[in-house]
Amino acid sequence: METILNYLGYFFVSIGAVFLVLGAFGILRMPDFYTRIQAGTKSSTLGAMSFIFGVGLLEPAWFIKTLVIVVFIAISNPISSHALARGAYKSHHQPYLKDGVDAYKEVENQKEVKL
Amino acid sequence: MENVSKISRLVYTWVVLFALWMAFTTSLALDEVLVGLAISFVVAAMTFSYFTQIGLKAFSPKKIMYQIQYLIIFIVALVKANFHVAKIVLTPSLPINPGIVEFETKLNSDIAKMILANSITLTPGTFTVDVIENRFYVHWLEVETEDSEKVYKAIAESFEKILLKIYE
Repeated sequence: METILNYLGYFFVSIGAVFLVLGAFGILRMPDFYTRIQAGTKSSTLGAMSFIFGVGLLEPAWFIKTLVIVVFIAISNPISSHALARGAYKSHHQPYLKDGVDAYKEVENQKEVKL
Repeated sequence: MENVSKISRLVYTWVVLFALWMAFTTSLALDEVLVGLAISFVVAAMTFSYFTQIGLKAFSPKKIMYQIQYLIIFIVALVKANFHVAKIVLTPSLPINPGIVEFETKLNSDIAKMILANSITLTPGTFTVDVIENRFYVHWLEVETEDSEKVYKAIAESFEKILLKIYE
């Protein structure tokens, strides 16, 4: 039983590490701030979740605490990416758009007129 | 939604916070459990109005089934999203067509909107830039359409169906 848990733990830790590396690679390759957030948030969320879950399997005494951390990461990571993107847009950081689809622009323009 | 009693909401918050306390202490010693009960009650009394709008109804078997179903859909989407991003990143030509699209949600509850926005952020190719009233502004890596109906179908429908059953 313990060896199975160990193997599972190492499995999840390695998966997490792979996704974290892919996320770093994504941040390097993407063309602008918003697409970098895309790559960064997703892989860092699953990477960190899987890594910490694996640690919980390796150390069964910590398992419940690691579960709480996993849930906390799943809730807080997307919120931070939303706050970063919104803040960047509000300070007029233009997104890289291939086809020029930008529905959010109208909202921002309306606000400036009202002010 | 408004007719849920305060007591039900308070008890729900208390139960959840106490479960969190038990998860952190992982101890059944009587004094720790008693302190946990007291502290989680105080915190629940202060925060229940922000914490939940449906109260103890969330524990009804039907809603628990939907919550488990949501969790499964969410984890599948999260894993898919990671493979999707990995595929894009590892393709030498970097096949992206980013843009910001909008759609309208049918959800009314703030908590449900928060969960939907978070889920969108963690699903393939999309993340939520802003939520104004019931309009979602979503940054999409591979924009297929600008039409808000089609955007809604592609991005939000599978999550929203279940959230509507849990929160409305």
